[in-house]
Amino acid sequence: MSNPDGHKSGGDRDWSVVVEDGLAKSNEPVSSAVADPAATTRRHEPHEPPRQPLPEKLYKAREPVHNKRVRGPYRTFKWLVMLVTLGIYYVTPWIRWDRGPYAPDQAVLVDMANRRFYMFGIEIWPHEFYFVAGLLIMAGIGLFLVTSAVGRAWCGYACPQTVWTDLFQHVDRLIDGDRNARIRLDRAPWTWGKVFRRGFKWTIYALIGFVTGGAWILYFADAPTLFRDFFAGEATPIAYITVAVLTLTTVTLGGFMREQVCIYMCPWPRIQTAMLDEKSLIVTYKDWRGEPRGSVKKSQKEPEKFGDCIDCTQCVQVCPTGIDIREGPQIGCITCALCIDACDKVMADIGRPRGLIDYATLEDCEREANGGKPRSPWRTLLRPRTIAYFLIWGSIGLALLFALGVRSHTGMTVSPHRNPPFMLMSDGSVRNSYTLKLRNMESRPRDMKISMEGLPGAVMWSDTINRNDAAATQIVTVPADQTKTVRAYVVVPEGSPARDFSFRVTSLDEQGETAAVETRFSAPGDS
Amino acid sequence: MANKGTKKRVDEPTGTEFVGHEWDGIEELDTPMPRWWVWTFYLTIIFALGYVIAYPAWPMFEKATEGVLGWSSRGQLAEEIDAADQARISVREQLARTPIERLPDDSGLMQQAVAGGAAAFRVNCVQCHGSGAAGSQELGYPNLNDDDWLWGGDLRAIEYTLVHGIRQAGDDQTRTSQMPPFKGAFDSNQMDALVSHVLSLSGKDRSTPLGAQTFADNCAACHGAGGEGSRELGAPRLNDAIWLRGSSQEAIARQILNPRMGMMPKWEGRLDPVTIKMLAAYVHSLGGGEDFLEVAEDPEVDVDEQP
Repeated sequence: MSNPDGHKSGGDRDWSVVVEDGLAKSNEPVSSAVADPAATTRRHEPHEPPRQPLPEKLYKAREPVHNKRVRGPYRTFKWLVMLVTLGIYYVTPWIRWDRGPYAPDQAVLVDMANRRFYMFGIEIWPHEFYFVAGLLIMAGIGLFLVTSAVGRAWCGYACPQTVWTDLFQHVDRLIDGDRNARIRLDRAPWTWGKVFRRGFKWTIYALIGFVTGGAWILYFADAPTLFRDFFAGEATPIAYITVAVLTLTTVTLGGFMREQVCIYMCPWPRIQTAMLDEKSLIVTYKDWRGEPRGSVKKSQKEPEKFGDCIDCTQCVQVCPTGIDIREGPQIGCITCALCIDACDKVMADIGRPRGLIDYATLEDCEREANGGKPRSPWRTLLRPRTIAYFLIWGSIGLALLFALGVRSHTGMTVSPHRNPPFMLMSDGSVRNSYTLKLRNMESRPRDMKISMEGLPGAVMWSDTINRNDAAATQIVTVPADQTKTVRAYVVVPEGSPARDFSFRVTSLDEQGETAAVETRFSAPGDS
Repeated sequence: MANKGTKKRVDEPTGTEFVGHEWDGIEELDTPMPRWWVWTFYLTIIFALGYVIAYPAWPMFEKATEGVLGWSSRGQLAEEIDAADQARISVREQLARTPIERLPDDSGLMQQAVAGGAAAFRVNCVQCHGSGAAGSQELGYPNLNDDDWLWGGDLRAIEYTLVHGIRQAGDDQTRTSQMPPFKGAFDSNQMDALVSHVLSLSGKDRSTPLGAQTFADNCAACHGAGGEGSRELGAPRLNDAIWLRGSSQEAIARQILNPRMGMMPKWEGRLDPVTIKMLAAYVHSLGGGEDFLEVAEDPEVDVDEQP
């Protein structure tokens, strides 16, 4: 605040008006209909000292971020999330899952060649892709849910870009040292020592990228086989191309682009801007407590003139995206909370209460600034918006589970042959032909009975069943996990009229699953 | 509120200049693009240069410039077709080795043959027999879906018909039969009685003694006493529901007085033996195919390797 008396004089301050540069300015929202357009840009809070306008440049060079090492509960949590997410990513393809002799034994497998998707006990066929669509919808609404509950937690902890950037930044620290050493090395001339050091680091980058891309392809084929083939040079070209492309993107995005991805490329921060409101939990700097900033020495001399922020810039130094959280919520803030860890440590060292930078909602901030009691951040979780999102999210999940539970593993499609629509046989009977596709979605061969309903006197045979064996029902063995095409010939006695009837397929096992499809029998005189 | 004049306004909190566009109080900032963006742009230009050199790019009067890689979409198609042909070779070799009556024993090979036959049928046969192989009663092209066969409906017989044709001049093994024209042979009474008798064979009319006598004297030699026809002689069955040239009284009378007889070209020499085999398998699979009955001689001795 540019008005240092405001904070110290207690909670009776009128916050609707702030004084800046000697001018009283409204802090209340002003309708654009009545506002002077220039005033609309001055409602920002907190009010920073005016910055120097940027020198006129068409393009902005990236300012390298050398984030300092930090310890604290949020850092520990970040480690944990990294461990879990990377663990899931690398271990999953190696988990085995017995499905019998007719199906792969990989727990999670996207089998593009055979159009099958396996996930533990669930097998998805292409026509059941709505399950995957449902999962994606759940993921989308899940993001809404998480955002409205805990702000940009996805960005801060679980986003792959965040996890891999974190990993690469740890490599930076391991090879080049902490923040100051890295800044020094960055500025140092290109000596052989620096060349060697950079080469070594970038080799590690490439290795991480390769392992990342290499694990990706294991989801699309039998992992142990592909692993062996890959290094034996016997895998398909697409495997090598995929690994090469993913290695390149991992190194580029995680190794060099880093926060640029969040700031310029990712659409999610933009959507988040619309999703966050004054009730959303964000990482925020409590400016009424911190401002005006002053060193420890200064504030010891004149304690009434300075806030808690000692301007040590620890929060800036540890930030993985290189922002200054004290400027307020911004697109570059991924709410990883490392600045909370850093600031809490400083506050502890100088003997001031923790939480100058903390998880809080803007609403709570305002209440606290006005002298209200701080509320626990957990209280923000339970509010109508989060509950509504949770209910939507949960009901989609339940609906998917229900659909998964009741789905049939037997199916059939029928397409009558229209050219010619019917066939007169030499004994005067009339024949129609149909292409039946029998679906066996179990991982074992099954006998299936095909019968006809509503077509009196009809018998059938097929391309593999001789006409001499024509009968009212036929039994066909459908191979495991496959669709069998049967060309069925149905013949009715002379004089039978055209009519609609149904084919019914029934699996001849203890499941006894059945499916019926209506179709039409054409006869002479049928229009 | 466009920015007229020379005065530049700067957004205080961000220190960024305004573009000058404003919507309901929301203004656009002139945020500079990141530098890597422009490098990406340069990379695309370099890529484009390489592409223009490597691939066909500039349209000229006759054709586009040829890239140094020599790639063309036609060439790629040719390669893909070649690869598909290579993949089919083994199937064709297997088909060439297998006697046609043994095809149904190998259902996988039979499926391949039927699929190949379907493709060949669409090129060579649909002109007369129709895309659904239903033939044409008007024009006398037989329906190949039904179970009525003039010359036999097992795989061997169908293959023979394909190889030698029907009434094909210049092939002494061709299937041939001749129905004599009876124009002037019968008076109108006899004619009506004969037509009624022919229709009575399949229960469509009543026979009279005159008609039965006329049939026995003139027709039974080839068509059989009961109109059961003869495949050896190529005499059609008259006692079934299928009439190649119509079942009306006029149509039958016309066929007796001045018979029309179809002709099918022989395909030997025009199609290779394997394609003919596949065509036979396809026609056999249309629903009316008959089983091959082994005759006394060993069929393997008689296999038509080079028909």
